[in-house]
Amino acid sequence: MSHAIVLVPAPHPIGLPLPYPLAHGRAGISGFPSPAQDYEERTLDLNQRLVRHPTSTFFMKVEGDSMEGLGIRHGDLLVVDRAIEPRPGHVLVALIEGEITVKRYATIDGEPCFCSANPRYAPVPITDRDCQVWGVVTAVIHELLTR
Amino acid sequence: MFGLIDGNNFYVSCERVFNPKLNGRAVGIMSNNDGCIVARSNELKALGVEMGTPAHHVRHLVDRGEVILYSSNYELYGDMSHRVQATLEQETAGVEPYSIDEMFVRMDGFTPEGLLEHANSLHWKIPRYTGIPVCVGVAATHTLAKLANRIAKKHPGYPGVCILHAESDEAKHLLQQIDVGDIWGIGRRLNERLQILGIKTAWDLREADAKRLRRKFSVNMERTVLELRGISCLEMNDLHEPKKRIMTSRSFGRPTPHLHDLQGAIRQHAQRGAEKLREQQSLARAVLVFLKTDRFRPDLPQYSPSLVVEMERPSQDTRDILHAAQEALRKIYRPKYSYKKAGVMMLDLTDENRQQLSLMDTPQTEEERQRSHKLMATMDALNEKMGKGTVRLGLPEKNAPWHLRCAHRSPRYTTNWDELMVAHAK
Repeated sequence: MSHAIVLVPAPHPIGLPLPYPLAHGRAGISGFPSPAQDYEERTLDLNQRLVRHPTSTFFMKVEGDSMEGLGIRHGDLLVVDRAIEPRPGHVLVALIEGEITVKRYATIDGEPCFCSANPRYAPVPITDRDCQVWGVVTAVIHELLTR
Repeated sequence: MFGLIDGNNFYVSCERVFNPKLNGRAVGIMSNNDGCIVARSNELKALGVEMGTPAHHVRHLVDRGEVILYSSNYELYGDMSHRVQATLEQETAGVEPYSIDEMFVRMDGFTPEGLLEHANSLHWKIPRYTGIPVCVGVAATHTLAKLANRIAKKHPGYPGVCILHAESDEAKHLLQQIDVGDIWGIGRRLNERLQILGIKTAWDLREADAKRLRRKFSVNMERTVLELRGISCLEMNDLHEPKKRIMTSRSFGRPTPHLHDLQGAIRQHAQRGAEKLREQQSLARAVLVFLKTDRFRPDLPQYSPSLVVEMERPSQDTRDILHAAQEALRKIYRPKYSYKKAGVMMLDLTDENRQQLSLMDTPQTEEERQRSHKLMATMDALNEKMGKGTVRLGLPEKNAPWHLRCAHRSPRYTTNWDELMVAHAK
């Protein structure tokens, strides 16, 4: 009596990337990897570092001084990502009473609010009607030598 | 299954992402080359302003502050279109751009529940990532997907997402509510002829004798009938809403990195596009060129750019179209990438007869128009090269057409460092 082996597909198969041939060249005829491969040509690309999600990342220019305490100054460049889920502690760009504003999302006594980083500007409690998140600020670029 | 994703009032939506004060307002976008309105917000539509209206016809509304007009900002619209497309590339099995604001995606291998979930996720993700609100229509054929998208846009019972399963009662019910003239590829004349035959709704057409219609009309009519039944038989290049856009594209049998090959392909597409324009007596206001590398070769570097070039004036002249398309190609081409596909779209079409009328309305000779256009272009170039504000308009020419005098293009928020959106720290 033969024992048939029944193969049942996994109910939730894990997706595996399809194997593809690597397009790297290899030095040496023996087939052993060359030590030179560790020193492959690389350049440091700021884009790769600062823009994690190119399709949802936008640049903005800061006007005003309410966020100076966090090192965000008038004239600075903001890298804003719409794909990131805002969390308390994040610096956000938000639509507050019809104006695009940069604020820090925080909680005060458990109540969510938009805060500045300058004692001259009071926190704004979040009410759904007036406030809408535009994106999360992932980086600030402060250029010392302007063009 | 095919999904059709299209941006709602695309050009206006692009403007609203960076200027939320425009939400809820009657906003129109006017073409730079003939001052006609090429895009409208729903609020502007509600005021009864038709597509292609010369801008000065709504001048009184603009002066009263009821309507806001912008000059077309193709750099922005092209970039935003690219972002929508790139987001879809990440989220789906493949994207076929159909126009600057409409894209087909493949949605194979889903259960019905999974399909709905996927469609819903695209519906919220695109506006979340890019700011552009979209509608999603899904079905087994391009024609049905287009209808599903229309339902998603207009039918209150399907807010933003609609999946048509060809054999379902639900689909039957919906198709019975759709006029046959609203089906892709059924223009006014065909509509009239079908109505005479007693075919009034999409369901009627679906149920009609396909072979008989092929004899009476064309093979494309037969294919449309089959598509309504869920049998996919229309190629992308067969699909067009002649009066709205023309798209010609082709995949290369063997991917190529050579500019020479791409120029040849673009030349063919541009020529074909111009021919189609003339066949249907349309003029194009802008031309979009796109390239794609093979996304199924992730081992190879990926680069899939696109660019819109606005025409000097709306045209159906092969030379003008070719010139615009080659210019776009030169700007986006980069060596060492292996391109799999190239395409050319004719955008923002206008009827050639109507064009004559609008030119007669505007009190300006061709020579004056060209001078104004050159002036604008020179100004832009100087400001770009030497810094914003280097050259500014003084008092407007008394004789300049109104749309040029009031014309302002919004900043190129995503393609120009000097025109970034401002975040107020206050």
